[in-house]
Amino acid sequence: MSHATAVRPVLELRGIDKSFGPVRVLHDVALTAHPGEVTALVGDNGAGKTTLVKGIGGVHGFDAGEYRFNGEPVRPRSPRDAAALGIEVVHQDLALCENLDVVENMFLGRERSNGLALDETAMEEAARRTLAGLSVRTVGSVRRRVSELSGGQRQTVAIARAVLWDSRLVVLDEPAAALGVAQTQQVLELVRRLADKGLAVILVSHNMNDVFAVSDRIVALYLGRTAAQVRTADVTHRQVVELITSGRTGDLGLPA
Amino acid sequence: MGDAMSTDLPASKGSGVKLADSDFAADHRSTDVRTAVGDYWLRVRSGDLGAIPAILGLAGLIVLFTALRPDTFLSKGNLANLSTQALPVTILAMGLVFVLLLGEIDLSAGVASGVCAAVMAKLIVDSGQPWYVAVLAAIAIGIVIGTVLGWLVAVVRIPSFVVSLAFFLGLQGITLRLIGDGGTVPVHDDVIVALANKNMPLWLGWTAAVVCAAGYAATQLRRWQRQRSRGLAASPIELVAARVAVVAVVLLAGTYLLSLDRAPSPLVTLAGIPWGVPLVAVLLIICTFVLGRTSFGRHIYAVGGNAEAARRAGINVTRIKVAVFMISSALAAISGVVAASRLNSVATDSGGGNTLLYAVGAAVIGGTSLFGGRGRARDAVLGGLVIAIIDNGLGLLGTKAYANFLITGVVLLLAASIDATARRRRSSTGR
Ligand SMILES: Nc1ncnc2c1ncn2[C@@H]1O[C@H](COP(=O)(O)OP(=O)(O)OP(=O)(O)O)[C@@H](O)[C@H]1O
Ligand SMILES: [Mg+2]
Repeated sequence: MSHATAVRPVLELRGIDKSFGPVRVLHDVALTAHPGEVTALVGDNGAGKTTLVKGIGGVHGFDAGEYRFNGEPVRPRSPRDAAALGIEVVHQDLALCENLDVVENMFLGRERSNGLALDETAMEEAARRTLAGLSVRTVGSVRRRVSELSGGQRQTVAIARAVLWDSRLVVLDEPAAALGVAQTQQVLELVRRLADKGLAVILVSHNMNDVFAVSDRIVALYLGRTAAQVRTADVTHRQVVELITSGRTGDLGLPA
Repeated sequence: MGDAMSTDLPASKGSGVKLADSDFAADHRSTDVRTAVGDYWLRVRSGDLGAIPAILGLAGLIVLFTALRPDTFLSKGNLANLSTQALPVTILAMGLVFVLLLGEIDLSAGVASGVCAAVMAKLIVDSGQPWYVAVLAAIAIGIVIGTVLGWLVAVVRIPSFVVSLAFFLGLQGITLRLIGDGGTVPVHDDVIVALANKNMPLWLGWTAAVVCAAGYAATQLRRWQRQRSRGLAASPIELVAARVAVVAVVLLAGTYLLSLDRAPSPLVTLAGIPWGVPLVAVLLIICTFVLGRTSFGRHIYAVGGNAEAARRAGINVTRIKVAVFMISSALAAISGVVAASRLNSVATDSGGGNTLLYAVGAAVIGGTSLFGGRGRARDAVLGGLVIAIIDNGLGLLGTKAYANFLITGVVLLLAASIDATARRRRSSTGR
């Protein structure tokens, strides 16, 4: 993976601030994500990971800071703006419509039409191709309602929706949080496959084993600040845990 | 559910993609009627009842009233009566289906239909406007009412229950102001009166019925063929054929019954489909298309299913909500016009009383959920028929007004509890 350093980062955040009213949630946060790499975003509950992810995905804006995508300064104002840039977010709460089927969810908000009428054939074929391309084995029929799917299957649908589009960056907020062992394994494999296809992937996770299994870099948030950005190969489990819990470890991390 | 998926796949899948043994296997099994019926039964058991309560209700009521009033209930004259009786409530319910799909409610739809009908009647009677100007004005007023309602719900974010309750009171005031205390405005315009009181020529009725049946068959078969040829999920052909057959039989049998001479005296003939029926048919086709085949319709379901997910998918939730209230009130206006045609007049209490409850009941009995995200345009037609039969049958029995209110209230509660029970089942079986 040494070639990756030469490639320009897809996403560069610097000096990001975000407050909700008087509560300052993000302060001077920096993060870069490279194509072909999985960047793990770790931090304790309430560290600000979801807030950062939502800002990247245009769900809400940042108050200050530099947001560069492919080297260009951008400012997505809505999920649609972000999608147009090539940014797809799989949210912590998935955001699927349970009353719609797999295909309908994957194309939600971006349906293909033939004149006035929806082009169901094209959508179903594309959905099927994407799922097959991800070697998804768990969705029985692409016309099943999401309400009939298990948690892992729903996660798969949400991820497949993100890669259906010609995206450059996929952000996954705790995709394996509610999953069993086997399903977690499947999702992690899926995450790795996305990066191997050349996408930049940001993976939010609390599970150190998962982080060390799939990530190339780790960004640790501590109370809304970036404690450290490191290569996974350069740190140990224990160091990352210390970064998460106290913001520093040895000479890594925030100044004491 | 869905564990037994190790069915054989067709040998070649093209594009070099190797599917694991369970990939979409369910889509390829679906040629089998037994599995399709099995899947359907599973869905029903997990709370996805579809049209079953409405069809059982229809059958039960027909048997009940035929037993109680064997001479009158199934008479040719009463069948025609029933069909016009169902018109206003069906159209109103069709509009409410849109609102209910969002998980909202419009308690003012009934009185909105009254206001719009009053505007139409006043324009014809007082200003001598032609019928089409008056009807367009009524629909325009409906759209205005719906826009304001939708704006208050979607932008100001007052619960729709409260907004429409306020409108329910306010709009009755407007009807009173327009018509005057205790007054009625007679409607004598030929075209308007014809809607509920005149019939299509027999040949036209038959032609329309045959064209509708053939059109339905053609779209269903074309879709099936396309899905088959591209290897997509499709219902078994036997089920498609059965659906087509049921629709064709209902259309043709209805046309036949309404084409029989139902004049009480042998000296005149009175036969044919009332003009309001094709109007409902056209509205049904349009609404079904909009809800099922356009991205706008898809977005309505999405907002009703999970508004936050819809928003994150880039759907303009506010716009969808306002549009839905506009559609509902526009259909309410049309319903008001048809109701005026049936009564030949508009009165101060037009659209008041139990009109709205009947319409909500019709939508829910038809299978539309009060909790949003589930429902179809055809629910209004099925439920509208059920409501019309109850109303008509009770009329034939000569029950007292107090009993009518009680019975209708119970029916609405029954429909709502079926809906709520089904929803509980869905959430307990949906993993
Ligand atoms: N809309 C909001 N209004 C006010 N405060 C908020 C809002 N959203 C998040 N916060 C606060 O911001 C902080 C960071 O929350 P965030 O959801 O980003 O944490 P997280 O790192 O994703 O945590 P978890 O691991 O539990 O998902 C928390 O203290 C939270 O209370
Ligand atoms: Mg979070």
